Amino acid sequence: MFGQYFITILILCGIWAVLTLSLNILTGYAGQVSLGHAAFFGIGAYTSALLTTRYSWSFWPAFLASIIITGLVGGFLGLPSLRVRHDFLVLATMGINFVMVGIFKYVDFFGGAMGIINIPKPSLWGIVFRGEKFLLLVLVYLAFTLWLCYYLSRRWAGLALRAVKSDEDAAEVCGISVARFKIYAFIISGALAGGAGSLYAHFLGSIFPDHFAFAESIVILSMLVFGGIGTIRGALLGAFLLKALPEYLRVVGDYRYTLYGGILVLMMLFQPMGIIGDKSWLWEKINAWLGRR
Amino acid sequence: MKPILRTEKLSKHFGGLRAVDRVDIEVRPGEILGLIGPNGAGKTTIFNLISGFLRPTSGKIFFKEQRIDNLRPHVIAAMGVGRTFQIVKPFSDMSVLENVLAALGHPFYPELKAFTASYYSPAARKEAEEILEKTMLARYAGARAGDLPIGIKRQLEIARALALKPSLLLLDEPAAGLVHEELEQLAKLIGQLNSEGITIILVEHNMPFAMGLCQRIVVLAHGQVIAEGKPEEIRKDPKVIEAYLGHSAREG
Repeated sequence: MFGQYFITILILCGIWAVLTLSLNILTGYAGQVSLGHAAFFGIGAYTSALLTTRYSWSFWPAFLASIIITGLVGGFLGLPSLRVRHDFLVLATMGINFVMVGIFKYVDFFGGAMGIINIPKPSLWGIVFRGEKFLLLVLVYLAFTLWLCYYLSRRWAGLALRAVKSDEDAAEVCGISVARFKIYAFIISGALAGGAGSLYAHFLGSIFPDHFAFAESIVILSMLVFGGIGTIRGALLGAFLLKALPEYLRVVGDYRYTLYGGILVLMMLFQPMGIIGDKSWLWEKINAWLGRR
Repeated sequence: MKPILRTEKLSKHFGGLRAVDRVDIEVRPGEILGLIGPNGAGKTTIFNLISGFLRPTSGKIFFKEQRIDNLRPHVIAAMGVGRTFQIVKPFSDMSVLENVLAALGHPFYPELKAFTASYYSPAARKEAEEILEKTMLARYAGARAGDLPIGIKRQLEIARALALKPSLLLLDEPAAGLVHEELEQLAKLIGQLNSEGITIILVEHNMPFAMGLCQRIVVLAHGQVIAEGKPEEIRKDPKVIEAYLGHSAREG
């Protein structure tokens, strides 16, 4: 029905949309800025890749294990956020990303610089998930992620996360354990990104440490900032637009990191709330226009 | 009657500075106790110790006979000790109603139901609206908290603390920056909360305001209690006049 190339791009957009949405839970909801989100992505990818290639697990339990393990590691890696605030946390998460890539690269168990190859495609009852079928899998996981984000934003826990983001002392006097809810955010965010990592590994068939390097964390952050931090629609738009654009426009593709970096700078200067975030210029216009009709 | 709150030789040192120095305070259930003293006397430090934001260097704090000086602020809050901040800390990006809801959720946060129960429930909303009604904030319910003038923000701090259903309320300079009508309204509100059975400790710089409201006053200077008694006794106490009123008279 669609061209193979188009499907590939949609698959990548879907995976990056989950990454952006999961970063949004951490940064947009709980206010913990992370420059190391690609580390979670990588942990998920490596977990699934190792389990299926070295221990002959099938994709499905390996996928679940990626989510669980990355969630647990996420909670553990969130511990620095209990001791340091804001700018120092940004530096700490950046460090974590470099350490993670270092481990993937230099520890033989993780395949070293040669990465892990021959990662099998998921299959169920003889059906192999590739092409459109793999896209369907990604879209189901994206739908689940979207539902979870929306669900969380309407629960007491979601309100507690917003309180933690807004003012930690005030959150405490409202009976909210700031430490506990920060760790919750790291666990949920990590778990979702871990699932995305698993899908990515099985889509590519081979993974290398540099797939999950610091630059990728910047890409994910700039997608979120571009769309609008704190909003589900912003995260979704940012991921789809900024993932698809460099693929389609060759010119942009050659300079993609310039694009992502430039977007961060320009958005911070002119539209810190993102293209369609709350209170952004465009979103206000859209709301005004909808209101008039 | 047993005190609702009691400190025992409570001390907090910052390096060489004795911000709070062997302070014994007893707060009787149902009273409005004033905590006054010149700048740097240790009033806010005592609030931070009681509410768990600081650990004492030595000494103990008991709330309803239970030791609380080793507990985290959110635990103390959930036990029913509400507090406001001298420098207001509203959740700026939330509406006034959501600010109150955030504190109304305190029974949910330690449990799994924080993830299963929706805060968009009519019951929670009704409760929050009642608190806004009582604190005269009903017409600001939908407003963004960060956009409010300082007087309304101070009222919101009280509203948020009330959502904990506190038995003890710590008010840190609630009158600061308020104009005349707002002061009257605040005094009325504090009086009303007290008549409903809430014990209140009031840190205040505005002397007429504190003298008019408090049944008993503790005067601090350099981290120590220098006087204690009814407002009219405090007013005549030579030590207080020297340490506090004399000081502020020279200032003014």
